[in-house]
Amino acid sequence: MVKMDFKKSFLKTVNSFKQILPILGGVVMLIGLFISVVPKNLYQKFFTGNTVIDSLAGAFFGSIATGNPITSYIIGGEFLKQGISLVAVAAFILTWVTVGIIQLPAESLIFGKKFAITRNIICFLTALVVAVLTVFTLSFL
Amino acid sequence: MRLETKNNNKERKENKNYGAWIFFISIIFLYLFLLIFNFNLFKKAVFGLAGLLYHIIPVFILVFIFMFLINLFLDVKKVIRFLGKDAGFKGWIISIIGGILSSGPVYVWYPMLENLRRKGMRDSFIVAFLYNRAVKIALLPMMIYYFGLPFTIIISFYMILFSIIDGIIVEKLIRLKA
Repeated sequence: MVKMDFKKSFLKTVNSFKQILPILGGVVMLIGLFISVVPKNLYQKFFTGNTVIDSLAGAFFGSIATGNPITSYIIGGEFLKQGISLVAVAAFILTWVTVGIIQLPAESLIFGKKFAITRNIICFLTALVVAVLTVFTLSFL
Repeated sequence: MRLETKNNNKERKENKNYGAWIFFISIIFLYLFLLIFNFNLFKKAVFGLAGLLYHIIPVFILVFIFMFLINLFLDVKKVIRFLGKDAGFKGWIISIIGGILSSGPVYVWYPMLENLRRKGMRDSFIVAFLYNRAVKIALLPMMIYYFGLPFTIIISFYMILFSIIDGIIVEKLIRLKA
């Protein structure tokens, strides 16, 4: 019985993976292309010095960028050195992980368009709120 | 009625896989296009892809093992109890801790979450899991190094809090649209 369950569960997992493989394969290839083609210093050209616009720009670039969160910390640290506001940097590192434009096709195919689009829009908006709240709270310390 | 639902589900599944293959083939074409028209960029992309695969294959294996264990030990009833509509506080805690502890790129975890969703996991818990991937214990020292301890503590606190708020909002909006 246990042996049967074991085999059944294994085959079920293999089947799930087989179905999802073209989506994951496509996303991995797309990300491979993106991180090789887009230079890391491209983003900083788009910041204006206006906190509101920079926060939106930070959140936007974080949404389209992808990769290990450490990369977002390094880029964010560079932004700070160049005088870009902490709200913009916080929005950038938040959307880097919570919003994924490049992963959106995979997320839509797996969870459904409605879920993926709603989740990404809400995460984008709340990243701005979290960024503002973080800096606001920090100002009291 | 039941047969009709079964057929609809099968059709939806087939459509989903059809879309997945179209997506995959279009990316292959993109690479082929680069191979023909910009070999240097193609080479860069292939090296980038190889580096990416080197990092994500171990996570893929981990996710496969998790999915296998879920299929082996968690039936629909158990998933509904821990992560379903009435899971309450327990569900939030499991999703938040799961999101924080999960490693590697987010998309690697999609199959496992989809598997759990099919067994009854709430959408709000999926959102919380995905959001909490932003809180990485192993990366906290790096964040402290770049942004300082107070910033790291405050942003991590807000991220956990907003993972719940986002989960509730997304689920409500999806229900409204439905």
